Amino acid sequence: MTMKRALMAGLSAAGLILAGGLAFAAGQYGPGASDTEIKIGNTMPYSGPASSYGVVGKSEAAYFAMINDKGGINGRKIKFISRDDSYSPPKTVEAVRKLVEEDQVLLLFSTLGTPPNTAIWNYLNDNKVPQLFVASGADKWNDPKHHPWTMGWLPTYQTEGRIYGRYILKNLPNAKIAVLYQNDDFGKDYLIGLRDGLGDDKAGKMIVATQTYETTDPTVDSQIVALQASGADVLMTVAIPKFAAQAIRKVYDIGWKPTHFLCSVSNSVGATLRPAGLEKSVGIISAAYEKDPTDPQWQDTPEYKNWLAWMKTYNTAGNVADGLTVSAYSFAQTMVAVLKASGDNLTRENVMRQAASMHDLKLPMLLPGITLSTSANDFAPIKQMQLEKFDGATWKLFGAVISGR
Amino acid sequence: MEKSVIGATFDAPAVDRYPAPNAGTQRWIAALGLIALAVVLPFVVSKYHVFELTMVMIYAIAVLGLNILAGYNGQISLGHGGFFAAGAYTAAILMHRYGVPYWATLPPAALICFALGVLFGLPALRFEGPYLALVTLALALATPQLLKYFDNWTGGQQGINLTKPLPPHWLVIDRDRWLYLIVLAALLLAMRIAANLLHGRTGRALVAIRDHPIAAAALGIDTARYKTLAFGTSTLFMGVAGALAAIVIGYVSPEGYNLFLSLSFLVGSAVGGIATIGGAIIGGLFIEFVPNLANDISDAAPWAIYGLAMLLFMYTMPQGVVGSLGPWITRSMRQIRAQRAAFAGGDEEHDGKGRTS
Repeated sequence: MTMKRALMAGLSAAGLILAGGLAFAAGQYGPGASDTEIKIGNTMPYSGPASSYGVVGKSEAAYFAMINDKGGINGRKIKFISRDDSYSPPKTVEAVRKLVEEDQVLLLFSTLGTPPNTAIWNYLNDNKVPQLFVASGADKWNDPKHHPWTMGWLPTYQTEGRIYGRYILKNLPNAKIAVLYQNDDFGKDYLIGLRDGLGDDKAGKMIVATQTYETTDPTVDSQIVALQASGADVLMTVAIPKFAAQAIRKVYDIGWKPTHFLCSVSNSVGATLRPAGLEKSVGIISAAYEKDPTDPQWQDTPEYKNWLAWMKTYNTAGNVADGLTVSAYSFAQTMVAVLKASGDNLTRENVMRQAASMHDLKLPMLLPGITLSTSANDFAPIKQMQLEKFDGATWKLFGAVISGR
Repeated sequence: MEKSVIGATFDAPAVDRYPAPNAGTQRWIAALGLIALAVVLPFVVSKYHVFELTMVMIYAIAVLGLNILAGYNGQISLGHGGFFAAGAYTAAILMHRYGVPYWATLPPAALICFALGVLFGLPALRFEGPYLALVTLALALATPQLLKYFDNWTGGQQGINLTKPLPPHWLVIDRDRWLYLIVLAALLLAMRIAANLLHGRTGRALVAIRDHPIAAAALGIDTARYKTLAFGTSTLFMGVAGALAAIVIGYVSPEGYNLFLSLSFLVGSAVGGIATIGGAIIGGLFIEFVPNLANDISDAAPWAIYGLAMLLFMYTMPQGVVGSLGPWITRSMRQIRAQRAAFAGGDEEHDGKGRTS
């Protein structure tokens, strides 16, 4: 009896070892993955008009460097290859083809900008290469039917616009709204969301003026003056940091005092409010899904301390007041979580499957209550946000987490 | 062999004095050899390099277009990216909206850009040198905005996504290599047309206008007609290049056609040799590879490296690569021929003496 039991135990142990060995031997790899390495490709505007976003790529590289120092993912080191595309779509196509065909990366991660990502959308889907966690808030990345290899990450611009619309409708029902927006999908998506949140008939009455700018414009001063002249008492600014800072300064300088809503794309204190002038930014309302590193309420938490330790050791070039470094940190953590979940099956198919099955994934630097969820029909990981107001030093969150779906 | 036209006037008597017995044949063999090499090349390198080389040839067609205007006719344009964009969007809109096959978009792109060039060239007749540069600079600056403004047609910021054309099924090659061959054919045709145009009456008229407009007019050259023609031909080449680029990249959007693109063409033109035809290929290589090389050398300051490369080329070869090396090669060849001729002549003399004595 004991003999039999011992034999059974021995056999099952052998079986386990064998199974483990088999699993190891059966480690399945797509291009760019091996027993020792996972190659990840990326494009970033390190030069050109959108170069203020270059910090995202540098911070992601810094996060992967830390992961590698801690032994990598399931024993595999990450090789993060990030190329400059100057925010020019033809350059993005070239860089991505080089990453896929020459560098043989497993996947594309956090490629930045709506036009650059649109340029590589079909190429990556045709070639079945994951285009994961696109660094753009456009709604179109959530299209699993037609583009099953592309997934967004950020709360979409429409989601956020809807949240502002709902807030204004409830709290400022008599508002006359002026909108400054960048003349592209990014700007137009916010406007669609805002209209949607207000409701179609209300939106027509409440939005009294709109002005656009091009990224090649030197300033938005004349647009702000024109919006003030419309008699609006609410201003919604949908602009990238450089132009958002100009808008804030101009609004203050001409003595206009609207309730100022600022899109989250540009609510970084370091990149927008400090250049604009902190005293000129008091009272601005925005929305957030992640912790502001300058907010004292987080600074005693272990999550913040871990982030700060990483900033001090690995991302020394980054500014600790810059929210973009927090986004990059969370982007990279999502990537690491998906790769961990993929285990030893590092094929493009499996990585995509894992990315599409996140269930309430919590990340340390996201706001409490906000989690990432995806499914085969839902390729938009973050859908909630919370409103916040700037008090001259930091953003103060107020109200509950709002879903923008 | 290519020669700059200015060089040709000096070279002509010398070349005639020592004509290579079979220079024409040699030239044809060399040209055919190069073409054969260009046809074989895509089958020995990876698909990505095929794509890069395709872009090189597209830029070469564009630079060639600019050379006709800036090099041979002396009209400096900083706005040719606008015509490149016009060609690209013509192809994209025809393919996307009207389902026109990709190859059939090239003639309309050429025609539309020729017409646009002539229209733009008419007022440009009143502007010389730096003033024309400024007028065309305005065009380059306006291009992205114009593309966004007509967003019903152009798709605005979103641009237009195109499906890459497939090769005919009887040909067993992939899309990248097929497109390479199409672009190669377009480049060869463009170079042939440019050579016919420039190495003849028209070319001489264009150069005369560039070198001395008053004297040219006094000689009875219709300067307005030739300048407009130069503008139109130049933009026609741009349009074809733009259309090919749209087909090869599979996407058009305003960000791709900014001022920097126009400046790149001028840089490529100057580096390759502004008043040459062969220089266009060097220009295409420069436009495609130097920014990437600069990025590989230093991702902190790639444009400083790019600038340095430009300075290096301009200081060492102020006439451009082909403009500077071309005459040198011609001179060396002539010396070799002269030596050969002298040697052969000496032999004859010797023989002659032998027979007479």
